[in-house]
Amino acid sequence: MKSATFKVWRGDREAGDFQTYEVELEPGYVVLDAIHKIQAEQANDLACRWNCKAGKCGSCSAEINGSPRLMCMTRVEDVAGNGPITVEPMRTFPVIKDLVTDVSWNYEVKASIQKMTPREPDFEDGSWKMHQYDVERPQEFRKCIECFLCQNVCHVLRDHQMHGEFAGPRHFVFAAQAEMNPIDLTDRIPQLREELGIGYCNITKCCTKVCPESITITDNAIIPLKERVVDRSYDPLTKLVRRIFGRSDKG
Amino acid sequence: MSDYPEFEHDVLVIGAGGAGLRAAIEAAAQGVRVGLVCKSLLGKAHTVMAEGGMAAAMGNVDDRDGWRTHFADTMRGGQYLNSWRMAELHAKESPERARELESWGALFDRTPEGRILQRNFGGHKYPRLAHVGDRTGLEMIRTLQDHGIHQGIDVHMEVTVTRLLKDGDRCVGAFGYDREQGRFRVFKAKAVVLSTGGLGRAYLVTSNSWEGTGDGHSLAYHAGAELRDMEFIQFHPTGMIWPPSVRGILVTEGVRGEGGILKNNKGDRFMFRDIPPLYVEQTADTPEEGWRYVTGDREARRPPELLTRDHVARKIVKEVQEGRGSPHGGAFLDIAWIKERIKDSEAHIKKKLPSMYHQFKELAGIDITKEPMEVGPTTHYAMGGVAVDPDTQMSTTVPGLFAAGEVAGGLHGANRLGGNSLSDLVVFGKRAGEHAAKFARDNPQYAISEPEIEAAAGEALAPLERGVSQVGPFQLQFELQTMMQDQVGIARDEGLLTKALDGIRRIRDAVSEVGAGGNRWYNPGWHTALDMKHLLTVSEAIALSARERKESRGAHSRLDHPDKDAKWSTFNMIVRKGPEGGMVIERRDIPPLPQELADIIEEEG
Repeated sequence: MKSATFKVWRGDREAGDFQTYEVELEPGYVVLDAIHKIQAEQANDLACRWNCKAGKCGSCSAEINGSPRLMCMTRVEDVAGNGPITVEPMRTFPVIKDLVTDVSWNYEVKASIQKMTPREPDFEDGSWKMHQYDVERPQEFRKCIECFLCQNVCHVLRDHQMHGEFAGPRHFVFAAQAEMNPIDLTDRIPQLREELGIGYCNITKCCTKVCPESITITDNAIIPLKERVVDRSYDPLTKLVRRIFGRSDKG
Repeated sequence: MSDYPEFEHDVLVIGAGGAGLRAAIEAAAQGVRVGLVCKSLLGKAHTVMAEGGMAAAMGNVDDRDGWRTHFADTMRGGQYLNSWRMAELHAKESPERARELESWGALFDRTPEGRILQRNFGGHKYPRLAHVGDRTGLEMIRTLQDHGIHQGIDVHMEVTVTRLLKDGDRCVGAFGYDREQGRFRVFKAKAVVLSTGGLGRAYLVTSNSWEGTGDGHSLAYHAGAELRDMEFIQFHPTGMIWPPSVRGILVTEGVRGEGGILKNNKGDRFMFRDIPPLYVEQTADTPEEGWRYVTGDREARRPPELLTRDHVARKIVKEVQEGRGSPHGGAFLDIAWIKERIKDSEAHIKKKLPSMYHQFKELAGIDITKEPMEVGPTTHYAMGGVAVDPDTQMSTTVPGLFAAGEVAGGLHGANRLGGNSLSDLVVFGKRAGEHAAKFARDNPQYAISEPEIEAAAGEALAPLERGVSQVGPFQLQFELQTMMQDQVGIARDEGLLTKALDGIRRIRDAVSEVGAGGNRWYNPGWHTALDMKHLLTVSEAIALSARERKESRGAHSRLDHPDKDAKWSTFNMIVRKGPEGGMVIERRDIPPLPQELADIIEEEG
């Protein structure tokens, strides 16, 4: 394949449309390479975000042929069909310009999630005894690169626009890693139910499918959190036990 | 009063990677008002790319380790041009900085006893790097970010600073623009911390992102700060080289730490040849001994693949030059071979090096559990940077201006050891934040100069006012990068360096005429035109310092002066802006090493 046709969405908050660019390819080109080439040679002011170009920073999220992906990890030959390759911004967030969207809402939600409270250290040097099996579960969630592709595909956000009541998969993954941190004492279960709206997730697993880090978002993060919420809020026996013994279900 | 929105903080931190976040957290803990400027979104800085780990002599895996050994290793790796005081502080304080990250949510891999696990790395005598698989940098930045957002710090995302503001000699703020709409902003501050990272984008093949344009180095220089050791650019020996689109992307040293070996196209493990004299006694004699070392045998010595980065990079280049390179001009890095030694090597590699597995699989179509990788040197890190007081991190010449992390010089001397960067960020980030806060409290009065703001605004608008030019900003950037790669790269000589300095002048003239189309909204062409000033400044500093140092030492290799020369070991190169506005260079004597530290170096061998 020597060249490919790209249809790139260009525009701002008010209006926009696809523009067509012909790009000469080099072996191994990823979509981000093509966007950079367009930027350098045909449209200096084409706006896109990127940093690491290695799937580690989560900056270059976009919708390529309609699929939410990282541009830096999508090889052109894998998405080239008969027609042009379309590249457009994530549709769940307001456009700033071209491929750049306003994702600031995600930062606000994260800051609203209760912060960590470490328990007393185990060792004199101020550190804790934790085994590999203690940290393995939260480590999966800490792989998250905050590309927000899961937020982008979640229909509670994308279709129902429930941004005010629902934190979205990224933040359930974030809450899950904090809840499963072996030394953290903060209890986020009431917040997950009341403010972060975890109940709205009806586990369609769209988020899991698009995660470039292959985090098992629904099964490993959201469902266990939902279970904790349910146990806490709706199980009368657990409620009674807790009232008598003050026991926590963290860990 | 200027017409631009003003933001007033006690301490302004410019750059939000590991060092900037740590500085901001510390300054906030001191009770001052803190502003944090990031060129990208929060949490996307280059720190995420750090893979292997954070060096801290905790002795969890080998209890013979301690700060003295870490200090001696750092000095040897830096060929004794390091600031010995920074190397001492770094070795002493990094264990506490690592443990502190755990209290903020970091979850490092564990030893069987439930402590932080530590891995082997080039130039470190004992297993010393706290890590999380091969994504330690992400763990660090996310930990600092998630802790930092609860400390009352004002974060300015996607804002680029173009100039520091001065009150007399003192630094009192910064001028910049937001990417979203191109609106100018004036930041007023009693103290400013630079934590802008590196300058790899001055080269064509680099592991650095678009952000690494040497902004902090250049901002400091133009504000009157001294830059030191700028000739020392680390070319990481293992970057991806094929296909072309991935060229330069980092392949962690952790691959070698886990037993990966380097081979040429003859299948020869060439690293066993030409062991540098400083390291002969610490290096394995046989592949067998090397394997025992990476699998934890305390009596074994390290395999030659884990020698310092400068040496490994030069050895790969030599194999290529002598016709023994891999098909695309590098060497083979093989981790798949460990299947001969351990059961279930495939799962082991995926567990220890998950992002390397992913990266090669997705981008190069290579399964590293089955085939070797093709690798070659990539521009990775600037050892040189703003000359600072080792204890406070304040610039030697600009009061109120602090620097931490890659933008600061001194800790690493002529060559940085892998793993010493993540620890550098938090050790000196904390110190910079603490002392900047103190400086701000002690020096509350300052004035901002209106004409300086107007000059900064004029300079920033100029490319847009010129409109589209015949040669665009991306073309000029490419021209500079190509020239630096060819003439100021891994093998240098007087002629090439002089040619490069001429080239820099020529490109600077062209930049004064370059224009950008479009408007002020999120306009990469305009931003690239503005970044060129910084790229040219750091390029000149590198080339000038490299021409002045007529020997080969650490990361600096001169074809016309191929040997290390003891008489060049007593001073650092310093560049600064001269009275006429041009760059001047001087040799500055290294302060005498205290007896106590000299003894440690002697004892540790």
